[in-house]
Amino acid sequence: MKKEIKKIQITPRRRFLTGVAQGTGLGLMGGLLWTGYASKAKGSALTLRPPASLVEDDFLRSCIKCGLCVEACFNRESNRDKETLKHKSATLKMAKAEDDIAIGTPYFVPIDVPCYMCEDIPCVPVCPTGALDESLVTNEKGKLDFTMMDMGIAVVDSNSCIAFWGIQCDACYRACPLLDEAIKLEYGRNDRTGKHAFLKPVIEMDICTGCGLCEKACVTEKPAIFVQPRELALGKPGDHYVKGWDKKDQKRVAGQTGKDMTTHAKRSDQKVADYLNEEISYE
Amino acid sequence: MSNYKYLILRRITQISLLVLYFGANAYGWNVVSGTISNSLILGTVPLSDPFALLQMFSAGAVLSLNILLGAGLIVLLYGVIGGRAFCSWVCPVNMVTDSANWLRRKLYMEKIERKIWVSRNLRYYMIVLALIVSFITGTTAFETISPITILNRGVIFGFGAGVGLLVAIFIFDLFVLKNGWCGHICPLGGVHSIIGKYSLFRVKHNSESCTLCMKCKEICPEVQVLDMIGKRSEFVVMQECTNCGRCVDVCDDDSLGFTIRNYIKNNQEVTNENVN
Repeated sequence: MKKEIKKIQITPRRRFLTGVAQGTGLGLMGGLLWTGYASKAKGSALTLRPPASLVEDDFLRSCIKCGLCVEACFNRESNRDKETLKHKSATLKMAKAEDDIAIGTPYFVPIDVPCYMCEDIPCVPVCPTGALDESLVTNEKGKLDFTMMDMGIAVVDSNSCIAFWGIQCDACYRACPLLDEAIKLEYGRNDRTGKHAFLKPVIEMDICTGCGLCEKACVTEKPAIFVQPRELALGKPGDHYVKGWDKKDQKRVAGQTGKDMTTHAKRSDQKVADYLNEEISYE
Repeated sequence: MSNYKYLILRRITQISLLVLYFGANAYGWNVVSGTISNSLILGTVPLSDPFALLQMFSAGAVLSLNILLGAGLIVLLYGVIGGRAFCSWVCPVNMVTDSANWLRRKLYMEKIERKIWVSRNLRYYMIVLALIVSFITGTTAFETISPITILNRGVIFGFGAGVGLLVAIFIFDLFVLKNGWCGHICPLGGVHSIIGKYSLFRVKHNSESCTLCMKCKEICPEVQVLDMIGKRSEFVVMQECTNCGRCVDVCDDDSLGFTIRNYIKNNQEVTNENVN
């Protein structure tokens, strides 16, 4: 018997489809690796951005990595050493590949160089893309207002803060550029000794800009007061709770009247008598 | 010395740009500030990387008028005049890959290496891929890995671990694939190829004086654009030509030179031929 040899015809269509398949394979492989890397390369959520930056996700979309803000920070007149007249190292830095921060984006580390909250805010108007949004630091009069900066918020670790031990230290309070506004001293009686007073630093959430001068000034080995991004350091009470006898807080939830505020669970559909008479199962 | 005229001019432009960028940060000079992604000329004229702009758009950013204007100027500048000149006259990575190429010739890599074939159209697929990844991740995908900006920023703000990528590209171009990065992979080169497709400033070949020594083809980083050598007297019109001028430099027969591409005259020549 003659063995039939099956001839494979390599048609232009087969060639084309194979080419497409090869390309798809390569594209998928590369694309997945690239997507994985790019999403990890966004870096740590603890990153502190320049003043007036958009929320982190929008910031990463909009920053073109030109470094004009970093250059403006370094070259500002106030950054000169008074004796040598040379520029000191600037607050803003450009992230490098090894930093846990999206490469080429501006950031600052308060413990190295805090933000000195310049009155003319040189870093913001130079931004070409709006990743640093001038309107966020412009007041009703249309002027740049450094008190509107919002880089983060200072957090006090009351376990390591020596003021909470009863030692009189007001280093952070004195270092704060918004003196007695962003950090207030809370006076209290030291029950442990029975004789002394506490002068505890308390952060005013709405006023603190997160400049980090307090962190730089803190005397403990590792600062007991430090700046974190607001989204990370702060909770959110939500609309279920209202601060009593506080008109401002009542305004906050005033618009929420239309919403259903009741908690719904499986039991909610039953009448009280029904579920009270049921056998309780703890399993 | 005339063999290096355009090479020297290119190195002068590339290096002086880096010096100006560096000085803008270190000494507050006002000539060219920012980085290669977005620069400010004399403190007023914005220039933005159109590819970075596309990625930002794909990632979902709201584009500001400032960078739209900046990118528009770049497209106009290269689109009308320079062609793909960014790659050979501005981009700092060009110096890295050119030196890999130089060493490649010294080591006779062409004759010894095991050849790997990669499509030169890969860069155009890289553009599409960069935009897709930008869309998915909400970042500017190529900007997070771009060796161009890593080198540029490194000179201005100090190098970091990113320098490893530049070493990798050097070794890849040297031992793995000739013109691997600039001629095959780099999507920014692809973008500038597309931008410069119809630009006026071109190399022109005169086949009558050509002695077919093929020095131009040896040195050209995008050999496919020189397909007319010794055959037809015409402009180098393929978009991948970077206007680097090395072919003009090495030609001993005066068969290659820069001229302004003449769309009208070309048409006349065609009609003359038809008449004859």
